[in-house]
Amino acid sequence: MQNMVNVYFYGKQYSVPAELTIMTAMEYAGYKLVRGCGCRHGFCGACATIYRIKGSNELKTCLACQTQVQEGMYISTLPFFPADKRTYDMEEISAEQRVMMELYPEIYSCIGCNACTKGCPQSLEVMQYIAYAQRGDFAKCAEESFDCINCGICTSRCPAGISHPMVGVLARRLNGKYIAPKTEHLAERVEAINSGAFDEIIEKVMQKPIEEMKELYNTRDIEK
Amino acid sequence: MFTAEMLESIKKVEATRAARIGVEPRRMTAEEKDELLRKFHPDYRAEGFQEIKVGPNKGEKAPYELGTLLHSNSRLLGAPINLEKVDYDVDVLVIGGGGAGSSAAIEAHEAGANVMLVTKLRIGDANTMMAEGGIQAADKENDSPQQHYLDAFGGGHFAARPELLRRLVMEAPDAIRWLNDLGVMFDKDPDGRMVTTHGGGTSRKRMHACKDYSGAEIMRVLRDEVWNRQIPVVDFTAAVELIMDDQGQVAGAVLQNMETGVYLVARAKTVIIATGGAGRLHYQDFPTSNHYGATADGLVMGYRAGAPLLYQDTIQYHPTGVAYPAQIFGALVTEKVRSLGAMLINAEGEAFMHPLETRDVSAASIIRECRERGKGVPTPTGFGIWLDTPMIEMIHGEGTIEKRIPAMLRMYLNYDIDMRKQPILIYPTLHYQNGGLEIGGEGFTKAIPNLLVAGEAVGGIHGRNRLMGNSLLDIIVFGRNAGKAAAGKCKEVTLGRMNLDHSQTYAEELKAAGLDTQEVSPLLLPKYTFGMPK
Repeated sequence: MQNMVNVYFYGKQYSVPAELTIMTAMEYAGYKLVRGCGCRHGFCGACATIYRIKGSNELKTCLACQTQVQEGMYISTLPFFPADKRTYDMEEISAEQRVMMELYPEIYSCIGCNACTKGCPQSLEVMQYIAYAQRGDFAKCAEESFDCINCGICTSRCPAGISHPMVGVLARRLNGKYIAPKTEHLAERVEAINSGAFDEIIEKVMQKPIEEMKELYNTRDIEK
Repeated sequence: MFTAEMLESIKKVEATRAARIGVEPRRMTAEEKDELLRKFHPDYRAEGFQEIKVGPNKGEKAPYELGTLLHSNSRLLGAPINLEKVDYDVDVLVIGGGGAGSSAAIEAHEAGANVMLVTKLRIGDANTMMAEGGIQAADKENDSPQQHYLDAFGGGHFAARPELLRRLVMEAPDAIRWLNDLGVMFDKDPDGRMVTTHGGGTSRKRMHACKDYSGAEIMRVLRDEVWNRQIPVVDFTAAVELIMDDQGQVAGAVLQNMETGVYLVARAKTVIIATGGAGRLHYQDFPTSNHYGATADGLVMGYRAGAPLLYQDTIQYHPTGVAYPAQIFGALVTEKVRSLGAMLINAEGEAFMHPLETRDVSAASIIRECRERGKGVPTPTGFGIWLDTPMIEMIHGEGTIEKRIPAMLRMYLNYDIDMRKQPILIYPTLHYQNGGLEIGGEGFTKAIPNLLVAGEAVGGIHGRNRLMGNSLLDIIVFGRNAGKAAAGKCKEVTLGRMNLDHSQTYAEELKAAGLDTQEVSPLLLPKYTFGMPK
């Protein structure tokens, strides 16, 4: 006999196998998911979920695909939450503090409640990365927000109306484009290819008979 | 979290660990690999396939589940679709919101085209988002595009289309440059040099990464760029059939709102199929590392309209899917874990193979170890092999796992398994569709004018097996090219009268072949309700 637990989807009770995740338990119960289901492996942020255990006042948040069901879970999904994304031209902006200030001024309204951090299913220091953004320290903001999957739970919990993932992605893009050191070997190789330096040799390789390619492949040296 | 039996086996893994550090297991010879694949790779299991009875690839084989979809009818037969009532009218219609579709949309927009992207889920709900390990490009001094070509060509069993593979390797460094300029945070040394590692079957360390969120980092930047450019994204809307015109050109697609069921007509001068893979068809009952929407829709729609498939019978099983615990069964454990030094170890504590053979060889070798040699570790869902992750920190120092593969660490910690201290159990998972719709070097299908394909939906770029890091690369290279080519082409296209005649013709062919099916395709989403999970 399977070990079953009682859970409540949108308040309605279902008995489901205890080893399931919230997502697979919904399917087991008969839900055909369209919203609230994306990669199913914890990378896309489609399945933000909010629950409390019956009898407890603590409100918890998680990803439905990464969280095992428990007895007495009262579950509501959060398949969409209105975030406020500002648009910008990456070529026109720079890694200056005023860029963030102009695009996302509401970050300065943070009241320090830390509800964003408490809600993050990736256990990120969300309020901390917003603090870095306030200071214009985009490298640190980028690093601290790097594992963000844009599930929007932080945004849903924020009394100041901050769209944290949008702040994070701006900081990361500024960091990747303007702050991180330039890669010379990459620029050089792109230029060499564009100047035709590899055209002849690649053409020659393409024309080689399969038997010769097999020999070349099977005897190629492999970097240690 | 591990069972008592597993813990006993872990002791054997621990007992041999110190002696294994620094010792590289022998790589298999070409003959050994061929025999192994024939005997144990799922592509060689005849019962997993069926013969295609209609269409351009008639007489060839396809995975059974894909064959069934190819043998199904359009969902629009008899549906009241008024093609005269056009809901969207664009130059370039991109079907699919993953890395290839987004790259295509950005480049088409950059070229000045009126482009729209439709996706049945959300932009970014795609296999791109889940790619962990990295992206290949020959951009270092000891490497070259021709070396990259050789690795990929050999790894793909010498079956890649040279014109496509040439493009992949020659345009790889520029793909990295483009992403870097968009703001993707690649792992770099303080002096700016890219941190690169090996993948299975590479002869040079050319795997660029963004920790183990490589695909996620690339995808969220592409998505942000699509949003910044305010390219129309119609989400929760699936393409369900291509529309043709009376000159035999593609002319758009019939779309369906996934929530309301309403049909919509999109007229387009060029159409880019970027619908991705097929893991959710669960070939041969394998679990999958793929996202929820990976159901081969583009292959089905393109094929029904007359575009041939190539290598539709070759599937990639990623050697290291999660075997345990059950909640994450089939999820991807990035190859980067092995790039960083973790070995594949059987239940007896033996390193039975080189950890960085190509994926098809590695998967077959793991299956042999469990099935034939009886050296797998029993799990509730079958068997697993140890991936000896504690080796990573013994080789590279404490903290390496958290810094280089944080997603893996987090995924296992959720289930109280600390991969820094204990090895993890893996087994092959359905990962990638090596084949797909056939295209020429410019990205166009050869059979249908103005129809392009990019990303995992393409067949022929990789041959019959794909190397790690060449898929994130191909979605960028071929996505960008498709966007540019479509934007160029649309200027010379004049559309005639739109029709769906091909779906009727196809239905008659099915009937003539004795396939009086009641099923419809594309599938759009897998059916998971009322059963135990896959």
